[in-house]
Amino acid sequence: MNFSLTDRTGSDTAPKPSVLHAEVLSKAYGPITVLSDVTLDIRAGEVHAIIGENGAGKSTLMKLLSGHTPPTDGAISMSGKTITFANAVQAEDAGIVLVHQEILLAPDLTVAQNLFLGRELSRGFRVDDKLMNRRAAEVLARVGSSARPTTRVGDMPLAQRQLVQIARALLDDRKVVILDEPTAMLANDEVDALLGIARNLRDDGVAVLYISHRLEEVEALADRVTVLRDGKMIGTWPAQELDQRQMAELMVGRELSMLYPPKRGAAATDPVLIVEDLSVDHGKIAASFIVRPGEVLGIGGMIGAGRTELIEGLLGLRPAQARAIRVNGTIITKPDVGTMMAAGLVYLTEDRKGKGLLLNEGLGPNLTLQALGMVNPGLRLDRRQETRAVKSAVEEYDIRVRTLSIEAGQLSGGNQQKLLLAKVMLADPSVVIIDEPTRGIDIGNKSQIYHFIDDLVRAGKACAVISSELPELIGLSDRVLVMRAGRFVAELTGDDITEQNVVYAAASSGDGTEGRKRA
Amino acid sequence: MSSAEIATVQESEGFKIRWSDLAPFIALAVIVLLGALINSNFMSSNNMMNVITRSAFIAIIGVGATFVIATGGLDLSIGSMLAFVVGIMIMAMNAMAPSLGPWAIPAGALVALVVGSLCGLMNGLITTVGRIEPFIVTLGTMGIFRALITFMTDGGSLSIDRSLRAAYRPVYFGDFLGVPYPVIITVIVALLGAFILYRTKYGRHVTAVGSNSDVARFSGVHVGRVRTMAFVIQGFCVAVAAICYVPRLGAATPTTGQLWELQVITAAVIGGTLLRGGKAHIWGTVAGALILEVIANVMVLSDMVSEYLVAAVQGAIIIIAMLAHRFTNAR
Repeated sequence: MNFSLTDRTGSDTAPKPSVLHAEVLSKAYGPITVLSDVTLDIRAGEVHAIIGENGAGKSTLMKLLSGHTPPTDGAISMSGKTITFANAVQAEDAGIVLVHQEILLAPDLTVAQNLFLGRELSRGFRVDDKLMNRRAAEVLARVGSSARPTTRVGDMPLAQRQLVQIARALLDDRKVVILDEPTAMLANDEVDALLGIARNLRDDGVAVLYISHRLEEVEALADRVTVLRDGKMIGTWPAQELDQRQMAELMVGRELSMLYPPKRGAAATDPVLIVEDLSVDHGKIAASFIVRPGEVLGIGGMIGAGRTELIEGLLGLRPAQARAIRVNGTIITKPDVGTMMAAGLVYLTEDRKGKGLLLNEGLGPNLTLQALGMVNPGLRLDRRQETRAVKSAVEEYDIRVRTLSIEAGQLSGGNQQKLLLAKVMLADPSVVIIDEPTRGIDIGNKSQIYHFIDDLVRAGKACAVISSELPELIGLSDRVLVMRAGRFVAELTGDDITEQNVVYAAASSGDGTEGRKRA
Repeated sequence: MSSAEIATVQESEGFKIRWSDLAPFIALAVIVLLGALINSNFMSSNNMMNVITRSAFIAIIGVGATFVIATGGLDLSIGSMLAFVVGIMIMAMNAMAPSLGPWAIPAGALVALVVGSLCGLMNGLITTVGRIEPFIVTLGTMGIFRALITFMTDGGSLSIDRSLRAAYRPVYFGDFLGVPYPVIITVIVALLGAFILYRTKYGRHVTAVGSNSDVARFSGVHVGRVRTMAFVIQGFCVAVAAICYVPRLGAATPTTGQLWELQVITAAVIGGTLLRGGKAHIWGTVAGALILEVIANVMVLSDMVSEYLVAAVQGAIIIIAMLAHRFTNAR
């Protein structure tokens, strides 16, 4: 990578004036504390990076600072005066703006119309398009965008939209600009451009808060770095005191509990799933991998690395091509969910409410939806058989229900996840791919699901697990593949499966980064 | 939840009474009761049979519409499609009458079933392969079918051959053990529809696609095929209705079946089928069709409200039904 380490101003001069100060900020939702005792000093003319794993509390902190949600405890002050924001608009009026990670623009409006949406300039009763277009051109130039104010946003590429979104935040003078993973969806040279914008803002005396997973960006850009872990603040360091590996260690640094069943060790059996040169979304994601009976293959990487897309491509749920796919010795030429299931491979989606379960339907229709043809070969639905299947699934997977006539949407997250597991297992597969097996469920259900996975692998089945929760990935896997920008960049086995190694491979510009080569 | 509670998990899948499912039948009973109070002639078996027979068309087409709506689709072309199928059927029968005699009637019926199914297939394929909103597709084919029947009748009417009239008449006017044939046909169509929807894998897939097409797709259901098939079922039902319709007037005109699509959709919706898909009630649709016809009949028999306002009352009914649904579900 060619990020310049010398391109950093002010890191060795006297501290810049503080513009925003957070004192022991905490946030709790009901009994669950998601962020506790964060003390931060944000200074003008400085890039302050916030790093941490998924769920470490970064987004919560940003929401507190930008007025999107009030803190449960602690205080925010600007220039020495304590302030409270009732909403994001008040924070924006005070000069603090959050640039969201997702693109929040109306595709059918023009660039200028989007920039001024909700605060249109007018002359009398008529909107003053001429003035807005002129002002838009100015602010677009400031972020280095070549877009014309009259272009329809929907016609622009994603990176350009991202710039429009940033331009919208800069329309008025800002004291603090918070960038929430601004590069998550950008290609490499676009990332460079964005880092340039952040530097320009800093040089203009703006305080920039920069949240990112990508440690090389942090290393290249930040003046100071604050690390969050499990909702707690670990500390703030001058950026030049930390390298990427040290940052990764600070982000992780946690012990594994007895949550996980003992590992089985790498299997030496013949692979049951062989995927050669699978290319998904027109080459954006490309990978080869195998899974062996008796092992849990962990697939790690940052959110957005392309892991889910890879598997959806494997099942024909996205445009994909492969040199060869073999399941249980069966050569799959045109993959779809049905043929994969018939060959012995099933996939459990990460989006259990959107893509996994019919929330308005009962347990039976949900349980049998996928394997209906296998468990019920005749024309007529065998309701009794279905009820039996529901009963045994409820028992086997410990789905806690008060009555069997409950709808799936009424189950708790953990019970929904177990129902989903029971659903895909009904086809008696030999390979199970589970995407985020325990997202959003409580610790007891988590542990149960880990043991279900262990049971099925010990019974000679193969399991691949996509997980963004590092402890889970480490605790479950006998072998880990790390994906980065649509390519597998590292394979870890045995004692090499550590959080540091996974984070390093997933986020750093270290070894094996051929995936991020320039086009 | 304690383990004791889990142990007492209800054994039966449960025939729990859901009031929202029974609502259309209760509404029907209430309206029939009102009718009986307003006019003593209403409850006469003659009038009753008349009303039920007349509701057969909407009920039969409604069974098909229930499938389409359950998959999350909508078919606006059914009224025009009926007219078109009636026209084709009459032309086919008239052409075959000289050579086949009365056998031209079953042959014509077969033609109707094939043409109806093909019309549905066309709607389905344009919707799924072309990836166009069913509302737009069927708005287009509605116009096409309507123009075709106008063209075929040359703006006037297309009558069934005299030689066939007597033989075909009983299909609408005749009865078996006192039950008019259209009613028997309605019951058979509804029974078949209910079997397919509630007791087959295809039916299960219909509700799955309608309640969340992503879940269906991720579970290996061929969403496009399921949707297309629903339109074919709709076309088939339209053809069955056409077969019952021809002997009633013996002719097709440019206004045959006009605005029936609205009546059919109304019947399905007040019957408890959700317009956004996923929840379907075949028998509710049949009750809905009866409700519409009974209301019209009561208004004609009573002198309180002008019969010109029938459509207004039916329109009000659908809004009231939806509001009632909203409030009972809000809990």
